[in-house]
Amino acid sequence: MIWEVIYRLAIWPQILFPSPLQVWDTLYHGFVGGRFIIALQNSFRRLLIGYAIALGVGTFLGLLIASSKLIDETLGAFILALQSIPSIVWLPLAILWFRMGETAIIFIVVLGGTWNMVMSASTGIKNVDPTLIKAAKTMGVKGYKLFFKVIIPASIPHLITGMRISWAFSWRALMAGELLGSGQGLGQLLMWARELGNMSMVISIMIIIATLGSVTDGLIFKPLENRVLERWGLNSNN
Amino acid sequence: MLKIEKIQKSFKQKDGSNLQVLKDINLDIKEGEFISLLGPSGCGKSTLLNIIAGLENPSSGSILVEGNEISGAGSDRGVVFQDAALFPWLNVFDNVAFSLKEKGLKKDEVERIAIDNIKKVHLSKFKDSYPHQLSGGMRQRVAIARALAMNPKILLMDEPFGALDEQTRLMLQYELQKIWMETKKTIIFVTHNIREAVQLSDKIVIFGTQPGNVKETFEVKAARPRQMNKGYLVHLEDKILDILKEEIEKVMKEEMGDEYNFEESSLPWDPTRDMGSNI
Repeated sequence: MIWEVIYRLAIWPQILFPSPLQVWDTLYHGFVGGRFIIALQNSFRRLLIGYAIALGVGTFLGLLIASSKLIDETLGAFILALQSIPSIVWLPLAILWFRMGETAIIFIVVLGGTWNMVMSASTGIKNVDPTLIKAAKTMGVKGYKLFFKVIIPASIPHLITGMRISWAFSWRALMAGELLGSGQGLGQLLMWARELGNMSMVISIMIIIATLGSVTDGLIFKPLENRVLERWGLNSNN
Repeated sequence: MLKIEKIQKSFKQKDGSNLQVLKDINLDIKEGEFISLLGPSGCGKSTLLNIIAGLENPSSGSILVEGNEISGAGSDRGVVFQDAALFPWLNVFDNVAFSLKEKGLKKDEVERIAIDNIKKVHLSKFKDSYPHQLSGGMRQRVAIARALAMNPKILLMDEPFGALDEQTRLMLQYELQKIWMETKKTIIFVTHNIREAVQLSDKIVIFGTQPGNVKETFEVKAARPRQMNKGYLVHLEDKILDILKEEIEKVMKEEMGDEYNFEESSLPWDPTRDMGSNI
């Protein structure tokens, strides 16, 4: 409604500020024509590859940090510093290392998701209730079995939260990477639409991005996190 | 059965000095005995239990189970902790079956033993529930079943009912007596509750503080299952309280400095009593 009113007031020329109906029209044709779907497929492929690598590398480094004080004080401090660099800042280097293209963007996505996952995994493992470990020891469990059967499951709540935040970071990194990089993704489509002066396309893509972000969080991560927190008895509501 | 010989334990403090928590503990525990370690908080009774469990190493001395010196934790000694320490990602059945699966028993064997022990604590109806769905008392019962499932020679209990409300505590004390009579396990039970110790034990070991040492040992010769407030038990409670008073005072003085005086605060004091100024 407000959107329509501003449109009618004609503060900006029609080309710069399209009406809701125009945007709806673009969305409809974008999907039916397949252009949005191809862009989505490309973006999601990069996101999923990058995210999977981020989770793997992040969890592994997190385990390393939690397992030794020395590693924590050296690598841990280093990663904390890396975490404060927005991952898009790496793009110039990534372009030099991997050339402009698919790999460079995936690299940015990986960097976007990894550091947070490292921190979540290491805090998760450090915060495992020591009585659980004691209890397991009295049942004759030790060594790697203690690690995989007790310590890892006990830190799952932290890991899930880490995964959720990493997803958000990776998603942002992907968009930034695609805006500046090449290929056929949502971000590139957005830049292309801007160059053509097709604002209704720009807004359509923004709507797609917002919807996807909230849908994945609301339909996948939030319910998963809630279920885990409840099962692990960490939900303050009961 | 269990021989505790000259156990000493001291921790290094931050300033470099040594804090001795256990001094020269000697105990001889017979098979099938129910022993309580009783003492004020900070007397090292839980530390001793952890040492027997193999979770901590003594600074010197040795612990022998059936003549063999222990090294580390083992499934011949089951432990029940104050907070049940159940695995939240496993349901009741899987919690109880955890150690059995670790041992590599066959599936039907695991199931039989686990169900058996869940029955012993009357939780068959809840075997598919998760720990967060159970009350504190029920969780503690699962913990007991889990410890019993390993079929340990000795059951170590570290203030297992300390965090429960009074009714639940009484129920579980009664059930524990029954379980003990059925299984004839050797039980070492740490508590700071005098009544609980008197209710349950064959033998009560009273700990003194700073450093923790065995102050006195009582045998409780009363028929089971015991009922509360029987003359003999009450008399024993009083006797133990007298001994502990001195220790409690020592701890309080340590914590609060000279502000605290046990004798003074035990004077009868009536808020309505005035000094006659209202006449």
